[in-house]
Amino acid sequence: MNDTVISTQGLTKKFGDFTATDHITFDVAQGEVFGFLGANGAGKTTAIKMLCGLLTPTSGEATIAGFDIYEEAESIKKVIGYMSQRFSLYQDLTIRENVHFYGGIYGLSGADLKDKANALLARLGLKDEADKLVSGLPLGWKQKLAFSVSILHEPRIVFLDEPTSGVDPVARRQFWEMIYEAAERGITVFVTTHYMDEAEYCDRISIMVDGVMEACAAPSELVRQYDAKNVDDVFYQLARKGKRKE
Amino acid sequence: MIRTFIALVQKEFLHILRDKRTLIVLFGMPVAQVILFGYAINTEINHARMGVLDRSRNDQSVELIQRFSVSDYFHEPLYLDHLDQIEDVFRSGQVKMVVVIGPELGKGLIRGSASIQIVTDASDPNMASVMTQYAQGIIGKWLKDKTNGTYGPQGIITTSRMHYNPEMRSVNLFVPGVITVILMLVSAMLTSIAISREKELGTMEILLVSPLRPGTIILGKVIPYLVLSLVNAIFIFLIGQWIFHVPMQGSYGMLILSGLIFISAALSLGLLISSIARTQQLALMLSLFALMMPTILLSGFIFPVSSMPIPLQVLANIMPAKHFIVILRGIMLKGVGMEFLWKEVLILTGMSVILLFISVRKFKIRLQ
Repeated sequence: MNDTVISTQGLTKKFGDFTATDHITFDVAQGEVFGFLGANGAGKTTAIKMLCGLLTPTSGEATIAGFDIYEEAESIKKVIGYMSQRFSLYQDLTIRENVHFYGGIYGLSGADLKDKANALLARLGLKDEADKLVSGLPLGWKQKLAFSVSILHEPRIVFLDEPTSGVDPVARRQFWEMIYEAAERGITVFVTTHYMDEAEYCDRISIMVDGVMEACAAPSELVRQYDAKNVDDVFYQLARKGKRKE
Repeated sequence: MIRTFIALVQKEFLHILRDKRTLIVLFGMPVAQVILFGYAINTEINHARMGVLDRSRNDQSVELIQRFSVSDYFHEPLYLDHLDQIEDVFRSGQVKMVVVIGPELGKGLIRGSASIQIVTDASDPNMASVMTQYAQGIIGKWLKDKTNGTYGPQGIITTSRMHYNPEMRSVNLFVPGVITVILMLVSAMLTSIAISREKELGTMEILLVSPLRPGTIILGKVIPYLVLSLVNAIFIFLIGQWIFHVPMQGSYGMLILSGLIFISAALSLGLLISSIARTQQLALMLSLFALMMPTILLSGFIFPVSSMPIPLQVLANIMPAKHFIVILRGIMLKGVGMEFLWKEVLILTGMSVILLFISVRKFKIRLQ
């Protein structure tokens, strides 16, 4: 449980004069549910994209599952899963086709792919709907499906970028149950959110303000440190300092 | 590696097959275009009405007139009595051409001063010039027969012969043009839209995060459209053959080879556009204005390149389509091969290589 799977040192990304993330340094342990909080424009998505290899950092170091993000990007890609802020399944394909496609690009095939896909559909209770187009699913279901697909290849770490935005409370609750299940199987979950109640579900959270990581600890500890009622209160105290507009 | 690639290609085909409307447009449009160009925009002449003002009224003139009416090009003529009537029949639109035979045609032939005049209604200049050429052909033939091949004392008569497309069938010219335009449309426009759609919807991020290599992603995107282009090109080709009997004089190997070179140039252009355009809409606009319009207007598909002003000729020569149309017409209508077309093939190959190189370099693995 104590193996470090994500480790960053002064990770910085500049777009021209604008510093999106400013020297962020943190470690995440294997099997942890790590929450990444911040207002819109605080640099959450930029950070996640650097860790996934979608953006090249301007400076700083980072390793994912022991692989360097500059040198070993190809090895990193094999051990991570990613669910982006935007809905990332193909609307004009059926549920089963989407599952098979994403399994396929991670090298799953034949009976293995079929078994995993069927297990996934059964777990989600979508067996009967498997041959319907994804576009017909309600948003909450789509997000659950997208998450299941992103961990279909059993990655060591899964990055979730605001997975529950716009989803109703019941579906969000179910979504978090799925996150816990994944964490229990040993998958490290790195999740960004701006729902403070979700922050309470995380093992540890970090709060980003204007590209700077202002706090990073277990939710209960943060509440104590800042002498606050709850995480929401902590976040409000910190976020007030932020000058950036959306 | 191969398995992931197959998954990618499979998915792309699913997208294509599921989008029924685009498919209908893709296969319906060429049919409509070929039929339109084959029937409606028709510069050939079949059984046209003509007038005759015969001032000789002898055996020779009757025979000449007969030559006209037995040809497929002209109908039984309308006989006029006065020169003034020509104006009337033109105005009323009864005929588009009148042949005036001067007096004493037979004697004139021997003396060398026979006069035959062709008067046409040039308010439709294409029609007028085509009719004149046909009429000259008929008269020339008649004259040759009458004078035992010497064309009589007057010696020279200009006769024109239309090589490779003797009936001046416009569909023969348009089929290679439509093939070119459709290949450009499918290869460049659809590819650029397909890639920018992934970017717009955010699925490209997922592909880039996956272990797929950028080259694999590009290939997986491009191969299905390559197949689609080929199927479509063959389809248009067959329509041309079956419905309009467009000739195919040259080699099929050469046809397919040059087709593949052109398709790769067009696919590279599509890739290039998609690396610039972030949204499907922008990709569509860019391909329409930067590719489709010039392809239709400047490639020699409709307007001959040689009669354009120099700046436009330069522009036309930069277009891969212009060279491909030259190759296609060469193969299909003239039946020539590499010995005459090597220059165009070389230019096209060069263009494809350069475009492919630029577009693959521009396709970014990382988003920023």
